[in-house]
Amino acid sequence: MKVIHILTSVWRFYRDGFRNMTWGRTLWLVIMIKLFIIFVVLRLFFFHPALSGMSDKEKQNKVGENLIEKIK
Amino acid sequence: MLDTSLIDWSRAQFALTACYHWLFVPLTLGLAVIMGTMETLYVIKKDDFWKRAARFWMKLFGINFAIGVATGIILEFEFGTNWSNYSWFVGDIFGAPLAIEGILAFFMEATFIAVMFFGWNKVSKSFHLTSTWLTGIGATLSAWWILVANAWMQHPVGMAFNPVTVRNEMTDFSAVAFSAAPAMKFLHTVSSGWLTGCVFVIGVSCWFLLKRREQPMAKASIKVAAIIGLFSALFIMFTGDQSGLQMAKNQPMKLASAEGLMDGGKNMPFSVVPGIKIPGMLSVLATHDINGYVPGINDLINGYTDPITGEKHLSADQKMVKGRLALNAFRDFKKYEKTDQAKKDSAQLVLNKNMKYFGYGYIKDKHELMPKSKIVLVYWAFRFMVGIGVFLSLVMVLMLWFGRKDKLENNRWLLYTALYSIPLVWIAGQCGWILTEVGRQPWAIQDLLPLSAAVSGVESSSVVITFFLFLLLFTALLVAELTILLKAIRKGPEPIVESK
Repeated sequence: MKVIHILTSVWRFYRDGFRNMTWGRTLWLVIMIKLFIIFVVLRLFFFHPALSGMSDKEKQNKVGENLIEKIK
Repeated sequence: MLDTSLIDWSRAQFALTACYHWLFVPLTLGLAVIMGTMETLYVIKKDDFWKRAARFWMKLFGINFAIGVATGIILEFEFGTNWSNYSWFVGDIFGAPLAIEGILAFFMEATFIAVMFFGWNKVSKSFHLTSTWLTGIGATLSAWWILVANAWMQHPVGMAFNPVTVRNEMTDFSAVAFSAAPAMKFLHTVSSGWLTGCVFVIGVSCWFLLKRREQPMAKASIKVAAIIGLFSALFIMFTGDQSGLQMAKNQPMKLASAEGLMDGGKNMPFSVVPGIKIPGMLSVLATHDINGYVPGINDLINGYTDPITGEKHLSADQKMVKGRLALNAFRDFKKYEKTDQAKKDSAQLVLNKNMKYFGYGYIKDKHELMPKSKIVLVYWAFRFMVGIGVFLSLVMVLMLWFGRKDKLENNRWLLYTALYSIPLVWIAGQCGWILTEVGRQPWAIQDLLPLSAAVSGVESSSVVITFFLFLLLFTALLVAELTILLKAIRKGPEPIVESK
């Protein structure tokens, strides 16, 4: 019962906090737009990690080859 | 435009992202101390005046935090895309600090920032005050782990290169996290953030005084910020001095570049600006001894013997030979890794012996180690950083002096000076990073990996496109921040809400 009471209090704390926001609403909007641009637009369409989709073994081989190739 | 090299565009993109990110971080660190101090005064003095002041600066902290949060994530995207060789090469060293940063500090901030903003009159004063300080400490701890990673790139310690995995593996966590280089870098950088917050608070408070609004709060804020700011400035001088010692020891080429010092010697003068020198000062700064020996760029390129210790230092050509030995040994190791144990072991021996110079194997011409553009840039970056720091310290002394006599409003020139000095503290911070990062070129990791080996084989056109996308995104965020911040400042502090 005590745990439930604590969880309910925490839930109410956050709920009331978000409900009573004034400046916070604008800021959350900015944060959401920014996160969408960073994680959806930039991450999905523009940033493709060069070693993604490889196993660790493949990554170490690839980087090893790259480092040796750049000696020339 | 698209003809410019991949390395240059990748560097430009990283620099742009890091510079924009660093617009938000120092203000977060600085305002955290100001609002924590004011709330502490509120709890101790039980005076709602301090609560109102703390809440006002807290609101500005919240705006800056919200706009700046996650802007650093893009740097991690760039590591994976543009600097994949580097990312894999440093993996374990970077992985640990960044993971700790993500888990510990981020969740600490996220938890306590909610209590700080939502908890007024809902939790006890002491719990709220603790949350406010823990929010600031969380932000500071975030900075700690990032700066540990950066310090390692300047002075790689506590690791061993594993040619099988092609990664540096951590062998000594305390050396990576707590040795002098990361400690000084952390303290110097964080205290520069405190100074940023103080200069911002003083400037905004001066605006209120100029507008004849909120005078008691503005004067009290100036007093608190000037005291913390002066303490920060003194601390920055101490940690800057210690960082100088570290630079002289671990990155002498960066120090020589920052001084434009071609030929070294004992009892070397410090160049204030071209044509004005302080005798012996450079030796004092670099060695804490007026007769200390400081090598110049030519000494570092041609090799030298320290006349005081008798220690011999290799020339760039000798280091390049050893670097080539290390790289060839690494190539042989990979070639015979699965086919010839004896040749593999032999290659590993040579590699281990010359690993310290691994990166020099990629240097084609020793003049790559001292590009002239770098010397001009770091020379002036250092002087702007120090000059602005001294000027801002003077402004804060004057603020305290006239504030003590209650004559701030009578000296409108000082109020205008402080108001228009706000951007200077950011310029000083950016100059500090230019000194740190441009000064160590051409290295991604000092002596181990030059940029030419660290960069990925991506199309430079794609880097150019993302460069301009970032420019747009960050400029939009900056405009959003300034617009919301100015609106909040114009509105001023909220009326006092009845305390519990």
